[in-house]
Amino acid sequence: MRTIAMHQITEHVKQSVIDINYHLDESLVNLFRKAKAKETNKTASAILDDLIVNQDIAAKGDVPLCQDTGLVVVYVEIGRDVHLDGDLYQAINDGVRAGYDEGYLRKSVVNHPFQRTNTGDNTPAVIHVRLVEGDQLKMKIAAKGGGSENMSLVKMLTPADGINGVKKLVLDTIFHAGGKPCPPIIVGIGIGGNLEKSALLAKEAILRPLEDHAEDAIIRQLEDELYEEINQLGVGAMGVGGDTTCLAVKINHYPMHIASLPVAINIQCHSARHTEVVL
Amino acid sequence: MIRLSAPVTRADLKSLKAGDQVLISGIVYTARDQAHIRLVNDKHPAFELEGSILFYVGPTPARDGVIIGASGPTSSYRMDPMSPALMERGVKVMIGKGDRSEAFRAAMMHHGSVYLIATGGAGALLSSRIKSSEVIMYEDLGTEAIRKLEVEDFPCFVAYDLHGNSLFQR
Repeated sequence: MRTIAMHQITEHVKQSVIDINYHLDESLVNLFRKAKAKETNKTASAILDDLIVNQDIAAKGDVPLCQDTGLVVVYVEIGRDVHLDGDLYQAINDGVRAGYDEGYLRKSVVNHPFQRTNTGDNTPAVIHVRLVEGDQLKMKIAAKGGGSENMSLVKMLTPADGINGVKKLVLDTIFHAGGKPCPPIIVGIGIGGNLEKSALLAKEAILRPLEDHAEDAIIRQLEDELYEEINQLGVGAMGVGGDTTCLAVKINHYPMHIASLPVAINIQCHSARHTEVVL
Repeated sequence: MIRLSAPVTRADLKSLKAGDQVLISGIVYTARDQAHIRLVNDKHPAFELEGSILFYVGPTPARDGVIIGASGPTSSYRMDPMSPALMERGVKVMIGKGDRSEAFRAAMMHHGSVYLIATGGAGALLSSRIKSSEVIMYEDLGTEAIRKLEVEDFPCFVAYDLHGNSLFQR
């Protein structure tokens, strides 16, 4: 049994939410550069330039990358030999509160669907906990913007819809979202499970490293084909047309009911802000 | 390069074409979801709507010594239900991101206003073009309050022009 102190969790969450809102991952910035190098649409090309300059300015530490500094989502994996010395949910929310204050980040959370009073500290975070083997605790921490989240969906397809049904849903969703989710996007897709499981898979798919591929051969091929077909839609950077609509497609899957083919599509804007912490 | 400053008239906007790059200098007012909901019913706004430029943004808090935090555009379609009433009262230019409803576009052309986009997610870059910022209405809304901004060479693209063209042709 290994004890993990809650103040450690709070400190890591605080540092992470500040860091991801000022610094984009270098692998992502390289994809901006590649997209820019091959872009044939003049307006899209100017927009891609803006994104490269923007992350340079934000990295200086005065102003965050984007004014929408997100709702915090944390996927926690707890080893079964870990002892937590306090309330995990409170520890994470304490980190969010401190990070959004000290990092001069926007508080974008309201308390109620209709009263809509700002909670003032960007809490509560959305927290998903999973029990795993071992004595470590892993947190995948994301700051997810509202614009791209609003263009996401879950749809219960039927088994007969198959791969083509999934493809059509993804392409239609991205085409109709146009510039609203801030393309070039990263597309997270969850296939299988049930209603809520597919959504959890889709969000976690967004958090995968940009350069990885699905292990399952069929799923991997679907990732590759969708990547090509999405980029042929011509939506382009910020919807102005052009050669790059998506930077990556990530699909996670899970077994499901004989009657169902649940599909969740979670869209991530180009400002993909997330990190991983292992304690 | 096309330059634009408030107050804006229909004549200023006639020559703009979808896809044109525009640099805005001068006074711009911020307003997003909650400010729009209030503004449409507000008989005595603290600024002149006629000829004005609205920017759909909710900035991050500013550090000491910094004029304003990250200030990129938010999605415009959420303002579609309220925009016609504001154009009726003289709003001439709206800056946001993403495409909008057909009803908005028809009202926009009727009122002789235009819709511009700025690069979404470029909040740090766009912040650097803002020279002053002051909350003038609805302070209780926090980030959604209406701010009077002075901008210099604030970069936009014409999304919908007065001739029925759209930058979002796919």
